[in-house]
Amino acid sequence: MKVADTKNPVWEIIARVPDPEVPVLTVLDLGIVRHVELEGKEIRVTITPTYTGCPAMDMIGANIRKELKKEGFEKIEVKLSLTPAWTTDWLSEEGKKKLKEYGIAPPVGATTDKRVLIGEFSEVTCPRCESENTHMISQFGSTACKALYQCKDCMEPFDYFKCH
Amino acid sequence: MKERLFDYILQLGDNSLILGHRLSEWCGHGPILEVDMALTNISLDLIGQTRNYFQYAAKIEDKGRTEDDLAFLRTDRQYRNYLLVEQPNGDFAATIARQFYFDSFHLLFLQELVKSKDEQLAAIAAKSVKEVSYHLRFSSDWLIRLGDGTEESRTKMQEGVDDLWNFTAEFFLMNDLEKEMAAAGIGVDVQALEESYYAQIQEVFEAAKIQMPDYKPGQIGGKDGMHSEHLGHLLAEMQYMQRAYPGMEW
Repeated sequence: MKVADTKNPVWEIIARVPDPEVPVLTVLDLGIVRHVELEGKEIRVTITPTYTGCPAMDMIGANIRKELKKEGFEKIEVKLSLTPAWTTDWLSEEGKKKLKEYGIAPPVGATTDKRVLIGEFSEVTCPRCESENTHMISQFGSTACKALYQCKDCMEPFDYFKCH
Repeated sequence: MKERLFDYILQLGDNSLILGHRLSEWCGHGPILEVDMALTNISLDLIGQTRNYFQYAAKIEDKGRTEDDLAFLRTDRQYRNYLLVEQPNGDFAATIARQFYFDSFHLLFLQELVKSKDEQLAAIAAKSVKEVSYHLRFSSDWLIRLGDGTEESRTKMQEGVDDLWNFTAEFFLMNDLEKEMAAAGIGVDVQALEESYYAQIQEVFEAAKIQMPDYKPGQIGGKDGMHSEHLGHLLAEMQYMQRAYPGMEW
């Protein structure tokens, strides 16, 4: 049985697993859980990496397994799938809100906009003072998924979750 | 066919692995903090891509070897990477030149590999292509900044570009394996990319006020296991842990 219905209790269990790098987000907010297949006490969860080199993937897999085990699942398989490739378009609205409250500017625009991919999108809003007067310091930030920006009004540097 | 595909995947993985390792040598040594982070982020992307290739290669080979065995337990002649990626970091301008030559090719290559008849290779390419467009953006930006910068930065950037130019030949001179894979619709016909490659880098060189070298590049060897002396030294360091503590895992 394929559990596509996100109201199924299994999804609530998986929703307890945070992203190790950005702990305010759950793996569901990130949109990296692609499928859940359930048969009795057997469960298979398919996840997809955000970035190929993301060191958090192994930990996320282990944490999903741990949470499911607590709930009595015995045969748990966490599968990694590369297609379709993850995109920030899958980040939930709730997730974007949480990112901003955490001090990380959420991705602006959709990945179908080519300007976004090459970093020419300038309307990144400062998560602290809401100013749009910001500039990019580096395309590479503290983790693979983030770029480094600075607000020219409040002068605060901040992370921007790259549109990908 | 299975063996040929295995060899081809190794060749792709070796390029990402060796360049990823070279960039990791910059960790803690970048000229400024942001560059240090950028170079190591690019390294991480490349090593992540290597893992995808090697996990797939290990599965195809089906002899019980793992991704770690493939990365750490081969000898220099068994590596199939381009000579370019094993060249030492040199100064920052040399690293940027190496990166720019490779990124420009890598992006063109992956844009073709996404059409591969081999689903897993196409999937790896689709994932990697997004990351590599950031890499190219970074190396082009710096090439322009250094080339169109001070007298000293321009001189160093020009030297970096000149020194590594000859190695770009290897991207496009196809060996038998590449021809076979391209004919089967699995690999990329790299020869067909040559013209657009040099046109693209010419554009960036102009913006950077860098002189394009005026001879046809010709140095080859890496794809057939004939490496420069630098690879052995790199492997000695990269393989140390796995050789000293066999079977060690993260």
